[in-house]
Amino acid sequence: MEIKASMAGNVWKITVQQGEAVEEGQDVVILESMKMEIPIASEEKGVLKEWKVQEGDFVNEGDTIAIVE
Amino acid sequence: MSMEKELEQRIEKIQKGGKQKYHDSNAEKGKLFARERINLLFDSHEILEDGLFANALAEDLPADGVITVTGKINGQTVCAMANDSTVKAGSWGQRTVEKILRIQETAERLEVPMIYLVDSAGARITDQIDMFPGRRGAGRIFYNQIKLSGRVPQVCILFGPSAAGGAYIPAFCDIVIMVDGNASMYLGSPRMAEKVIGEKVSLEEMGGAKMHCTTSGVGDVLVDTEEEAIQFTQKYLTYFPANFREKPKQIAPVEPKTFDKPISEIIPENQNAAFNMYDLIDRTIDEGSFCEIKKRFAPELITGLARIDGRSIGIIANQPRVKGGVLFTDSADKAAKFIQLCDAFEIPLLFLTDVPGFMIGTRVEKQGIIRHGAKMLFAMSEVTVPKISVIVRKAYGAGLYAMSGPAFDPDCCLAFPNAQIAVMGPEAAVNAVEANKIAKLPEEERAAYIQEKQAAYKENIDIYRLASEMIIDDIINPDQLRQALISRFSVYQNKNKQFTERKHGVYPV
Repeated sequence: MEIKASMAGNVWKITVQQGEAVEEGQDVVILESMKMEIPIASEEKGVLKEWKVQEGDFVNEGDTIAIVE
Repeated sequence: MSMEKELEQRIEKIQKGGKQKYHDSNAEKGKLFARERINLLFDSHEILEDGLFANALAEDLPADGVITVTGKINGQTVCAMANDSTVKAGSWGQRTVEKILRIQETAERLEVPMIYLVDSAGARITDQIDMFPGRRGAGRIFYNQIKLSGRVPQVCILFGPSAAGGAYIPAFCDIVIMVDGNASMYLGSPRMAEKVIGEKVSLEEMGGAKMHCTTSGVGDVLVDTEEEAIQFTQKYLTYFPANFREKPKQIAPVEPKTFDKPISEIIPENQNAAFNMYDLIDRTIDEGSFCEIKKRFAPELITGLARIDGRSIGIIANQPRVKGGVLFTDSADKAAKFIQLCDAFEIPLLFLTDVPGFMIGTRVEKQGIIRHGAKMLFAMSEVTVPKISVIVRKAYGAGLYAMSGPAFDPDCCLAFPNAQIAVMGPEAAVNAVEANKIAKLPEEERAAYIQEKQAAYKENIDIYRLASEMIIDDIINPDQLRQALISRFSVYQNKNKQFTERKHGVYPV
């Protein structure tokens, strides 16, 4: 499953490392947009397989941030 | 055969609906028979049905595929129509349409809610001259719906398809409840889409319940089963009066659910950190009274019916947990419709504000965020019901306006002690005003300079200063929010207001 950016912004903080297990609804990354912290959660339980972004990157709405399997 | 016996037999036959094989295939999909749906929806079996014998001389068209009734829900008289999908897939012939028109006209005369239980393949093309184009053709159903809109509550439950022209029945209802897996809405079927425009797509993807309740916003409430859809409708109607002339009934008050942490401890001091607005709502309203509308669509703004002290209210609340609570085109649309719904039926409004503003950037400008935002402001301004605005944490830019800020004639604008009201937040403001100056400073001096300017800015927009200037009406202890709302909604209930004199505004749609 792909985790996607809910809105345009900067990747501020990655809170789960590659290879770590994630729960459904767990925040995996916090974007920074409109001066707000925007937590993005995994919609499914699984393992964080791959990060597609690094902290500091700009992402647009709908861009893939990470892959959870 | 005696005349009574013959009548009885004819009634029995019609009430069975279509062929058994269609009942069986419906049952496999978890679909109830239309008459069962009606029995579940209404209080008792004291249901008045007209037009049972419509098209009775045709062998295979019992009731002409639609059941039209008047009965009671929660003791309140209500009119309803229910497509019978065991009869020619619930399609519409001339008498089907005439029956729907008549029950709508009954709802109009009695000034009672109108419920549409939809499960229909659309027009019977073989009968089109009789049912499509004329004065009493299908178009008249929509015309009647539009006339009824705002006069009486109109609710649609979609149990199955609502295709082509039929898809406009849900479009003109106040609320559309969709049963996941079976309900769908579309103008052209996937088969037609492939033929006419070459698109290959599944029904679920193009017009399924999840899609409409999450992405298009044409659906409002997604449920798993038909029973759940009916229960939701029964609950929803308790918040409403029978028509626009009346007020919602006040019921026995219920205390909010109790929590370890009070409101003052759940709101982070850091303006930029997320928190869950549902936590504040749950601590404020009567326990179990929240009836959320469009939960899955544009969740950065929460809209729902609730009760405070047993009194119906409509809540419009920013959700900092999703997209920072920023307003987008969809959230503005969602708010505009919900505000109109509440105002039409005398349901007072509560705005819970924690908004960084409207979204900026190329994408939203291309979507027309300015005109979408204008819709929200338009609807919010026209309201004549009591409206209370509470600045929970921040109200920046046009976000303040959209959330019924002081200029938009709320009955009161309250704020929590840490609230900020400004054109923009301190970081953005200092950056906007001081960017050139900051750039000229030596690197090591910048941080201190920015901090100093931000502190000065914060002082300038301090909530006590805004209260001193009488921009807001009161600063309240967050843990006394419920009490303040109970007192104020009680006082404002007899508000008498006309927005302005004119035919109607020119809506920025």
